[in-house]
Amino acid sequence: MMSNEKKMFDGGKVIAGLIVFVILATFPFWYNHGKAAPIPEPKLTEKAKTEKVCILKKELMKSEHMQILNDWRNTVVRNTNRIYETPEGKRYDMSLSNTCLDCHSNKADFCDKCHNYVAVSPYCWDCHIEKPKETKE
Amino acid sequence: MKSSRRRFLKIAGISALGIGAKPVVDLFAASGGHREAPEAKVYKNEKALKAKQWAMVIDTRKFKSSKDLEPIIEACHKIHNVPKMDNKRHEIKWIWEEEFHNAFPLQEARFLPERIEHLPFLVLCNQCENPPCVRACPTKATFKREDGIVLMDFHRCIGCRFCMAACPYGSRSFNFRDPRPFIKETNPKFPTRMKGVVEKCNFCEERLAIGQAPACVEASNGALIFGDLEDPGSPVRELLKTTFTIRRKQSLGTSPAVYYII
Repeated sequence: MMSNEKKMFDGGKVIAGLIVFVILATFPFWYNHGKAAPIPEPKLTEKAKTEKVCILKKELMKSEHMQILNDWRNTVVRNTNRIYETPEGKRYDMSLSNTCLDCHSNKADFCDKCHNYVAVSPYCWDCHIEKPKETKE
Repeated sequence: MKSSRRRFLKIAGISALGIGAKPVVDLFAASGGHREAPEAKVYKNEKALKAKQWAMVIDTRKFKSSKDLEPIIEACHKIHNVPKMDNKRHEIKWIWEEEFHNAFPLQEARFLPERIEHLPFLVLCNQCENPPCVRACPTKATFKREDGIVLMDFHRCIGCRFCMAACPYGSRSFNFRDPRPFIKETNPKFPTRMKGVVEKCNFCEERLAIGQAPACVEASNGALIFGDLEDPGSPVRELLKTTFTIRRKQSLGTSPAVYYII
């Protein structure tokens, strides 16, 4: 008897539509499959290279610079402390504009590279002024 | 039989939960005590100028016309990247000029001496001892520092403009537009502001921190005198001892730290 059999109306169209939908929805996944963006390698300026070491070790700077910058801005603005001493006893003026960007004057090749890769857009440069482009060595 | 299956499922469920929870707990533990960086040692600059309440005396006897004030205003606005807006309603001011009856509305006399009637008076943030803007700020972006400077943390300003409503001196300006295109020469050592924040004079706290007097004081040829109000030997107090001064809208109780010799 017919009554027990469930009939799909417009089955062909529905299934075709479903297939098209699934393909479109998963398009970004299979299109980019196996094409992971290469891990960016930030470039150092000549000045940064001759310094050899930042205020802390490279690994720490990589993972902690945002926290450090946040601490710096609070201690400078709120507590009027402006000098930072590294564990090695070296002293720096706590200033993004005047200390960090003095060495790392190549925002596009240094800061932006990783920030773009991990899709973060810190608002530092809304106010702090990006150093003018370094003339090529 | 039934009860033992039930017990089995219970135990299986709980242990699955335990195994699943471990990575989550680990993650939280890691993000909590994440700071591997050694505890930072921070200091004040040894050259920094210190005070209990910074104050200024403006000797208006030394000014004759706007021309005398121009270099002072220019010096300030240049180093602090203050934009020059053509539209008056978007104007940003840190230090500017005002006529006597606007600067001192409560001291207005029926007859003013000719010299004073149209003399431009230099006005700026009064760095009040009892600042109403600080009380109005909902985010504590504006606060009073231990040296008396009423400072703004631009990072924290949400642009609500309560402080502008609270300030009786009009010392605060709001960035209705992105200020950058309106700055002729930017000083890379000092940040600009962005659209949507309030700004005002900071008594050159960035200069005091490296042992320099405020830019306006330096550019004034001795017409502006700067010092510690709490130190009886300071140049400001020495002057206040011998000369009669007035302050802007004193009766409001904000206790301005900028004094005027008329």
